[in-house]
Amino acid sequence: MEINDIIKPENKVYGKSPVLKDAVMHYCPGCSHGTVHKIIAEVIEEMDIQDKTIGISPVGCSVFAYNYLEIDWQQAAHGRAPALATATKRLMPDKYVFTYQGDGDLASIGTAEIMHACNRGENIVVIFINNAIYGMTGGQMAPTTLLGQVTATTPYGRDAKLNGFPLKITELIAQLEGTCYVTRQSVQNPAAVRKTKRAIRKAFENSMMDKGTSFIEVVSTCNSGWKLSPVAANTWMEENMFPFYPLGDIKDR
Amino acid sequence: MAIKGAITVDTEKCKGCGVCIPTCPTDTIALSKEVNSKGYNYLYMANPENCTGCTNCATVCPDAVITVYRVKI
Repeated sequence: MEINDIIKPENKVYGKSPVLKDAVMHYCPGCSHGTVHKIIAEVIEEMDIQDKTIGISPVGCSVFAYNYLEIDWQQAAHGRAPALATATKRLMPDKYVFTYQGDGDLASIGTAEIMHACNRGENIVVIFINNAIYGMTGGQMAPTTLLGQVTATTPYGRDAKLNGFPLKITELIAQLEGTCYVTRQSVQNPAAVRKTKRAIRKAFENSMMDKGTSFIEVVSTCNSGWKLSPVAANTWMEENMFPFYPLGDIKDR
Repeated sequence: MAIKGAITVDTEKCKGCGVCIPTCPTDTIALSKEVNSKGYNYLYMANPENCTGCTNCATVCPDAVITVYRVKI
C-alpha cells in the first residue's frame, strides 16, 4: 500500500487539536510546556468547553501561553495567578478557570497566593510545571532545585547549608483542607502524557462540582537550563527528579 | 488483518528535538539531514513501511507537528 493511500482525511487518528492555535510556540525544542499546552487543548476539545474556559497565565516562560490556546485568558503579576483565578471563578462560577504556573512563579514568589487559594478551597484548577530551575531568566536555582544540582547560581551544586532544601510544595498543598485532588504527573513518554491528560480532565470536572481546588504538578524538563539535549533531559529527569518527586496521586477525594 | 500507518510532519514547525524518536516501537522515524528555514533537522519517516500508526510520536510531540493516519487492510 502506498503512503498516499494511507494519508487521507478518513484515516486520520491523531492530529493537532483545533483549540491549539497555529502559532509556533516560542519554547525551546523539546520543552515540556508544549506537551502540557497540547494536552490542555485536547481536554478542552474533548469536554467541549472552549467558550467556557478561562486560563490565567503566569510570569515565566509560559507567560505567552495566551498566544497558543484559543480560549479566554488573563495574565497575572508574578505569582499572583491564584488570586486572579479566585476573582474570576467567584465572579463567573459557570466558567472553568485554571492557572498555569511554573515552579519559580508558584513555589517561590507566589507561595502565599497558592497556599491561601488552596486553603480557601477555591474551585479552580492549578497546573504546576516543576522543572527545578528558573528557565526564562537563564537557569538560576529555584526553590525546587535538587540538592547537588548545578545551576547558574549554584555552580558547585545546590548545598543545603548555603541554599536550603528543595521544596516539595505539592505535599504541603495536599495537607490543606481546601484541596480535593492533588497529583504529580509527568509528560516524558506516551503513557505519562495519557495519565496527565486524565488528571487534567478530572481536575476540570472537579472544578464544577464544588469540591475545592485541584492541583496538578507536572514534573518537567528544562533542557536548556539543565544544559542537556531534550532526550538526555528526559532521562535525567527519570533518574534524578522522580526519586525525589515521586509520581502519583497524593490526595483524591 | 494487518495495520498500516503513516505520519505527516509540519516540517516548518518541527524543532527537531527528537523526543518522539525513542517512543517509536518500530524504528520508523528519524531526524532528517535536511533542515527547515530555522535550521532545525526536522522529523521524517526513515522507514515508512514499518509504521503502524500507534500515535506514540504525536502524543509526546511538544509542538503538535505530527499527524497520524492508520488503515486496516
